[in-house]
Amino acid sequence: MTDESAEPVESDAPVLVGDTRPSSTGPSPSSRLSHRIGWHILLSVLSLAVLAPLFLVLVNALSNPVRYGQASATRRLLPVDVQWDVFSRAFDEQNGAMAKAFLVSAIVTALIVVAQLVTSALAAYAYAFIEFPFKRLAFAVSIATLLLPMEVTVLANVRTIRDLGWVNSYQSLVLPFAAAGFGIFLLRQGFSGIPRDLHEAARLDGFGHLHFLVRIALPLTRPVVAAFVLVSTLLAWSSYLWPRMVITDPQRRTLPILLKDLSLTTAERSNVFAAAGLIAFIPVVILLIVFQRHIVRGLTAGAVK
Amino acid sequence: MKLFRGRYRLRDSALGLLFIAPSMAVFILFAFVPFVRIIGWGTYESRQGGQWYKSVGFSQYWDVLSGHEFREGLWHSFQFLLYTVPAGLVSGVLLALAADRKLRGIKIYQTALSSTIATAGAVAATVFFVLINPVVGIFKVDWLNDSHMAMFGVSLPAIWQNLGLSFVIVLAGLQAIPEEIVEASRLDGYGPVRRLFRITLPMISPVLMFLAVILMTSGIQAFAEVDLLTQGGPNEGTETLLYKVFKSNTPVSIGTGSVMAVGLFVVTAIVVLLQFVILERRVHYD
Repeated sequence: MTDESAEPVESDAPVLVGDTRPSSTGPSPSSRLSHRIGWHILLSVLSLAVLAPLFLVLVNALSNPVRYGQASATRRLLPVDVQWDVFSRAFDEQNGAMAKAFLVSAIVTALIVVAQLVTSALAAYAYAFIEFPFKRLAFAVSIATLLLPMEVTVLANVRTIRDLGWVNSYQSLVLPFAAAGFGIFLLRQGFSGIPRDLHEAARLDGFGHLHFLVRIALPLTRPVVAAFVLVSTLLAWSSYLWPRMVITDPQRRTLPILLKDLSLTTAERSNVFAAAGLIAFIPVVILLIVFQRHIVRGLTAGAVK
Repeated sequence: MKLFRGRYRLRDSALGLLFIAPSMAVFILFAFVPFVRIIGWGTYESRQGGQWYKSVGFSQYWDVLSGHEFREGLWHSFQFLLYTVPAGLVSGVLLALAADRKLRGIKIYQTALSSTIATAGAVAATVFFVLINPVVGIFKVDWLNDSHMAMFGVSLPAIWQNLGLSFVIVLAGLQAIPEEIVEASRLDGYGPVRRLFRITLPMISPVLMFLAVILMTSGIQAFAEVDLLTQGGPNEGTETLLYKVFKSNTPVSIGTGSVMAVGLFVVTAIVVLLQFVILERRVHYD
């Protein structure tokens, strides 16, 4: 948390995919065929166990709810009286609320992530490269916001939004999250790995501060930026407490809030609710598969030095 | 032109303050000012159903923090941690030990094991709403309406959701152990069990501490699970501290709710500061 904590730009955060350690010499036990097969079996079982809840929800979604409820315990492990149209019905539910909520969630998430990136990059740059009064204090104050999450301040924030007449607005969903202490911390740490000489040289060459930030600092710290953007995306996409507080208009519901409303459905339509849950899950799974390395780096920042 | 005995140049000062202004504005407007406001609101007692308020100083703090509501909320939050934190630590270690090896296709297993990272709280709650449901569920149990099982029921989505995060954090810790140490212990004739308890676990203990803090923080802030699965029921039996804060957003209870929000802050702060202490110690002893 101090200035000495500067890390190299290409911070060697844990690499989930691909172990880079030198392989041990000699025949290691795991090279034996029977061992390898044993590990494959164990890892397959563990993987399936982790994924089992999702599979069972899919089974539930595809089933006729009434017939499913009457089926025997073992029979319930596979779809009963399959209804393939459940996903399209989930989109038709409440006059297309799903598509609408999807759109609201996407817009809000995008706005939050862009806002956080802009405000964090500017601040982190100032903390890393510019000398100005009260710098250390301001940085400490920014990090101290980690102690004041929305969970603590929510009651007063709701009042602020109400006083501004912003209930049910996009700005109410976005503005409270337009800056992030952990983003400033991560990016400043990345920036302080950039050699001062490079900064000075670029400045002498006539690079403006903004020019240096956008053209040199951010590209040089791409792994940190990517990790931050992805973690901030996941957090914004799954945000629940705040939209629950400031959104009453069905037209402005985000996906998690729509799920809450759909959970009040009747048992006969529970399969539509299950399908909606799976649909809300799909975008983040795609993100995870494509950007796994960056997400892991963002989430484990601080875990391993 | 010089400021502060020449330490700062005016142009730099203006620019620096300009660059930090956007984030500072957000922090002041949506973190610091609200925090000061709830501290103040906590000193006002509502009268006649919230029609007017009487300033009672900090005596309301004493009343609420030593009262039944707060203790109940704290106890339920603690139960949530009791179910989710040890489960997260143990599952993280077991999954990571299994998947920390060179094997064809290991990336596929690692992706599968980390897949629940991306799950939103509401989605995890939806999953378990469907899994444990007395009418249409795969497992026809009525835990969410059973006062003895309800807290465990709302913890289940979090336990599942934490699997991915715990796995990747512990795996990162395992991969950071220098190969020479593992090799040396093998040459010393350490068997797998002794190596686990004498070498591996002590080596990753800072990572486990870090994970424990993250699990605690997210447990204290868990909300979607309760709101979606039980709405705090049965008989307020799953009202965590945060749920009680959420519920007190009414004119009658805004004062007492603000005190509980300050209580929530203290609990969060203790956990977060614990994290800083751990990180600090690691830096010094490494």
